[in-house]
Amino acid sequence: MSSWANTSILWLLASVMTPWAMAMPEGLADLGRPATDNEVAAWDIDVRPDFVGLPPGSGDVWAGEEIWLAQCASCHGDFGDSNEIFAPLVLGNITEEDIVTGRVASLTDPSITRTTLMKVPTLSTLWDYIYRAMPWNAPKTLSPDEVYGLVAYLLNLGYVVEDDFVLSDTNMAETQARMPNRNGMSLDHGLWSVSGAPDVSGSSCTVDCNVAVSVTSSLPAYAMNAHGNLAEQVRDWGPYPGLWTDSETATESEPLAAVSAVAEAATAPEAALTAGGCSGCHQMAGQLVGPSFNAIRARYAGQEHASYLRDKIVNGGEGVWGNMPMPPMPAVADDALQLMVAWLTSGEE
Amino acid sequence: MASDAEQGQLQPAPESFLPKDLVEDISRDGINSGRRSLLQGAFAAATASMVAPALMADDDPDIVNLPSWTRSLGKPVVANPYGQPSPYEANIVRRQSPGLTRTDQSSVSFTPLQNLFGMITPSGLHFERHHQGWVDIDPRRHRLMINGLVDTPLVFTMEELLRMPSVSRIHFLECGANTGLEWGNVAVPTVQYSHGMLSASEFTGVPVSLLLERAGFDRKRATVLLAEGADGSSMTRTINLENALDDALVAYGQNGEMLRPENGYPLRLVVPGVQGVSWVKWLRRLEVGDAPWATKDEVAHYVDLMPDGTHRQYTSIQEAKSVITAPSGGQKLLKQGYYDITGLAWSGRGMVEKVEVSVDGGRNWRAARLEGPILPKAMTRFHCDWIWPGEEALLQSRVTDSTGYIQPSRAQLLAVRGTRSIYHNNAIQTWRVGADGEVHNVQLG
Repeated sequence: MSSWANTSILWLLASVMTPWAMAMPEGLADLGRPATDNEVAAWDIDVRPDFVGLPPGSGDVWAGEEIWLAQCASCHGDFGDSNEIFAPLVLGNITEEDIVTGRVASLTDPSITRTTLMKVPTLSTLWDYIYRAMPWNAPKTLSPDEVYGLVAYLLNLGYVVEDDFVLSDTNMAETQARMPNRNGMSLDHGLWSVSGAPDVSGSSCTVDCNVAVSVTSSLPAYAMNAHGNLAEQVRDWGPYPGLWTDSETATESEPLAAVSAVAEAATAPEAALTAGGCSGCHQMAGQLVGPSFNAIRARYAGQEHASYLRDKIVNGGEGVWGNMPMPPMPAVADDALQLMVAWLTSGEE
Repeated sequence: MASDAEQGQLQPAPESFLPKDLVEDISRDGINSGRRSLLQGAFAAATASMVAPALMADDDPDIVNLPSWTRSLGKPVVANPYGQPSPYEANIVRRQSPGLTRTDQSSVSFTPLQNLFGMITPSGLHFERHHQGWVDIDPRRHRLMINGLVDTPLVFTMEELLRMPSVSRIHFLECGANTGLEWGNVAVPTVQYSHGMLSASEFTGVPVSLLLERAGFDRKRATVLLAEGADGSSMTRTINLENALDDALVAYGQNGEMLRPENGYPLRLVVPGVQGVSWVKWLRRLEVGDAPWATKDEVAHYVDLMPDGTHRQYTSIQEAKSVITAPSGGQKLLKQGYYDITGLAWSGRGMVEKVEVSVDGGRNWRAARLEGPILPKAMTRFHCDWIWPGEEALLQSRVTDSTGYIQPSRAQLLAVRGTRSIYHNNAIQTWRVGADGEVHNVQLG
């Protein structure tokens, strides 16, 4: 590595190692103003697991079901089993014993679909999220009482509460104590803090390492095109072109997406005129070196002028609009030429 | 189009022969005899014979036959007021993984890592992950509130935030679920889908520490921050305050311009080294607290299922990881010989110390060349010379970070975490190069 690079890295290291904490400069206290009580109340709607922030209110299972069927079931299914849109909220898989132990036993079974209720340890989370973000297409339109009812209905679907249950701010804590997976979370890991201890370690071996090198998993041939034709997802002129995985409709000899994109880029007449270099001498309104496009379009409106204009563009001309010669423009691509001529003769405003 | 078959004939004049001042004169005053003779002179020069020689066997027609762009007037300035990539780069775009999500609003698009260079992701190719769609926020009507354990809850306008002292820092941003599809088995064909929930930018903004100091936060009691977005989901995440005071930013800038709307315009939280979900977009509020909030994305998602049925909660740090981006899955080596194996390495705990590359599935390793500058919690580009002999090869990369942590093999990671965690898969990636040059995503055992 060059000495310049070394010096520059040292300089950068010095700058990033500087403590972040920036002393508050004089005058900064003038920026920002105190928030009013109403403003804080309007935004600070979060509810913690200790129910700090929970507004008073109540709702029962039946009221919740009514709202659920009207506003939630289209995405989440009538019984929270999802409607192929979102992951299921409730599907069974929770036992009475789970509610006693606070650990959902079926979480160790890979064959069982994980639902929200199998995971969530805190009732506050359901309340907070429904209140802040649901319904999906009209968030923050539910009242606290409606949210209590919806949470009661969900808990009832999961057999956590009975049919006649009424959930309110006064029994949230005791209901949370029945959450089936309330003891299922672990904070015993090193991923919360930058200085946390890792639980996995790699190997430092560099020579003749004892590792298994048989291929145990790869995409089957039938799945190679599941993400679309890979040849069209990679730079197609570089050292590593993409694999042609579309066996159905095309072959490698056909042009790729990028090439057709070049043609598509000039589908607007104005873009074709710009790309063709015409705007060097012509502008939309008013004489420049040559006549304006507006003037040309006024004189040559009508399909009968098409071949004449095509000839003038390709071969050039002189004397029609004065003595200024127009140079031949044979480099204009055929499709662009067609587009220009169609537009010039269209007579459209 | 002027065909190359016309070679040897008189070539037409290019159009760029008129000096600008002459065009302006004509535009203003019309043509008089003096100008007419100037023009005719220009034509004469431009149409002077340009005769292409006959093509010989060893000649490259792309050199000998001048292409159309060499023989025509180019496009004017501001043809694209906001510059666009060449149309020949149209393949290099963000893409969705079909079937991964059932809606486009709560979904992911992946960064095309296979064709990018260096340590910065172009803003338009930064991966997207939205939980309730993305929004266009009017910056004049956007506010940042700071409340909770502070002397005075405060409100800032964007104008005020842009007046405050700012810093610019380069950091990677990786979704906690990056490579999450690959826990059980190979599920996707290319590095775009396997590792493309990864981007890096230079972010500009105000240090969180400065804003909290301005609000007078309670240093004795405060342990966490709640970050909240202004979009429909009003996404919330609990942030480790100690780490946030070190290097978190309330950012408005990304790669020299304002944030893109998909990335949080006009304001987002930047939490270096921490998974993307905590970098709350469209940030409207920071609340200082003394206990975590257990928000939806801290209990129902972004929790890591362990083999014993417990979920790890508040897993945040993105541990050291690396991947070879070229050659990589879905690509093809066309001929034997020299290749520059290149890829990216990063660590949420510090800097990249070393990257090693293996071409035999991890039996033997050699040091890769690291491209500077090497910055903390940023992507580092690595390179490794390789002569492909036209035989099967198993390409891997392995990073060691500044804490001494070594990226684990898949077997080492799975031995502790099983296969159902979804999140925080930082295992060594293997690409198999076949004798036919085709590169495929594989797992070894």
